[in-house]
Amino acid sequence: MMKQEVVMECEGKWAQTSELTCILCPQGCRLAAKVEQGELVEVRGNRCPRGKVYAQEEIFHPTRTLTTTVRVRGGVYSVVPAKSARPIPKEKLLEAMEEVRKLTVDAPVEVGQVLLADVAKTGVALVAGREIGSVE
Amino acid sequence: MKREQVELVVIGGGPAGMAAALGAYEQGVRSIVILERDRELGGILQQCIHNGFGLHYFGEELTGPEYAGRFIRRVQDAGIRVLTNTMVLEVTEGRQVYAVNRVDGMTCFQAEAVVLAMGCRERTREAIAIAGTRPAGVFTAGTAQRYINMEGYLPGKQVLILGSGDIGLIMARRMTLEGAEVKGVLEIMPYSNGLNRNIVQCLDDFQIPLMLEHTVVEVHGRERIKGVTIARVDGAMQPIAGSERYLEVDTLLLSVGLIPENELTRGVGILMDLATGGAVVNQYRETRVSGVFACGNVLHVHDLVDYVTEEAILAGRGAAKWIAMRRGCRIEVESAHMGSNNVCDGEMGLALPCDEEMDANDYADGSGDLGVDLSKSSISEISGEVEAIAEMVVTASTNVRYVVPQRLVMPVEEDVEFYLRVIKPLERGEVVMRCGDEIVYRKKERCLRPAEMVKVRLRAGVCKGAVLTVTVEEVG
Repeated sequence: MMKQEVVMECEGKWAQTSELTCILCPQGCRLAAKVEQGELVEVRGNRCPRGKVYAQEEIFHPTRTLTTTVRVRGGVYSVVPAKSARPIPKEKLLEAMEEVRKLTVDAPVEVGQVLLADVAKTGVALVAGREIGSVE
Repeated sequence: MKREQVELVVIGGGPAGMAAALGAYEQGVRSIVILERDRELGGILQQCIHNGFGLHYFGEELTGPEYAGRFIRRVQDAGIRVLTNTMVLEVTEGRQVYAVNRVDGMTCFQAEAVVLAMGCRERTREAIAIAGTRPAGVFTAGTAQRYINMEGYLPGKQVLILGSGDIGLIMARRMTLEGAEVKGVLEIMPYSNGLNRNIVQCLDDFQIPLMLEHTVVEVHGRERIKGVTIARVDGAMQPIAGSERYLEVDTLLLSVGLIPENELTRGVGILMDLATGGAVVNQYRETRVSGVFACGNVLHVHDLVDYVTEEAILAGRGAAKWIAMRRGCRIEVESAHMGSNNVCDGEMGLALPCDEEMDANDYADGSGDLGVDLSKSSISEISGEVEAIAEMVVTASTNVRYVVPQRLVMPVEEDVEFYLRVIKPLERGEVVMRCGDEIVYRKKERCLRPAEMVKVRLRAGVCKGAVLTVTVEEVG
């Protein structure tokens, strides 16, 4: 995965670093993060402050926003796009999908409607990304 | 056949078309119609259910449908007329737009301005000529995306993806989440053409291998695809004998490039840029046929919808300005102000009747003859009068695949934002713009990649002369 431990020579003190690609926006900054005794002490390569936060989270608690679809009964489309209202732990993605696959909602669906209150026991809701009208 | 007079026809109701219509609306244009061939507005965003849209424009991360939804509401709130399930068949140089739908049959819209916003389509198996049988189960990635995300069908269970563009990467994750086994993503080039973040969160997160310098050399199966033969390629992108390997798959997705959908544009006789596959435009996104504008993926394929929106607003404002000028009434256009010496007989005066296509980048390769060519290309014959139009040619040079806009109407009174792509990836490079020998812009950029469009803002005051040359030079 992206969290490779690499040895970097530059400036001596960057002896042990993690190399990461920030995924918070499409710029995809390459980060060099230095971890000492289980703590993040320095981040380089980030073009905005969010890069530091990302490095901290990605090294210790990686999370992702789940985007998927949920089956709709009686709608103009048979599925509605949905996303987790907040990022969820990365390792919960496939477990969350197990729940999503079992789910069917009735049309009409509103934007932002909660489709699943607590996805994969993360405490995060799954919400609709658009409206889906009912078939007349 | 129905006939209608409208001020502005926008062809395409995706992000570009909606933003262009809104851009014109904000400048006071009220007689607008958006023609959309799908059953609803939103375009390709409606099937792009992943997030990452809107970071530049809205400052927050949205999914495709959410981004589209915001613009759909704005279009509705403005009361802009939209005809869905409506296919445009032809556009003429005189800005007649022929469209057909089930309700009205055929309609001819006589428009004062037209914005082309038809988007792009995917290259197919035929475009890259893969050998083998012709079974079911070979899809473009975007088609599979629509099946899964809008129609609710999973196209297959054992998948190989050819092409590591963003759609390919995103579909690798999407099909994995839906329970399919994605055996790998093949890329013929030595680097991926997708965004870094997509390689991380779509492939690395799910341990999907990215096989660089690999391609599919044969498709197997009669009714349904049963497998593919893949091979490593050499520096000339030719399969290396002996490196072939068979993979059992029931689905092959192709993410092998996008083509601006310019059949209508060509029908008008608009000058095209072979490097972008779209029209040659000036800073207002006006094509070489007066009153016809282009924006979004039909002009050049973007990687971020936020930039599509920005560009389309410019096109919409340009169209509004043109409409106002034809009326002989001057309106102030906030950031799309046209120089008054470009006006002849109430026209913007950039008409260039042109039948042949030419590569805008080859256009100004020479130097000595350039002034002559340029004066020819910037003469507008309107009402029998010949008027010289001051215009600057923008050329993509060293390590620049293309630059948009390709022309600047002079004088340039507002800062101009250029979009460009590099030919080869550079870890560190410097974007340099020159008017003649004089350097008018230089900026160092990190991680320049062909897949990531570079945006450059040039101050209005520095644009002078006949040619602006754009290069990206390696920094040691």
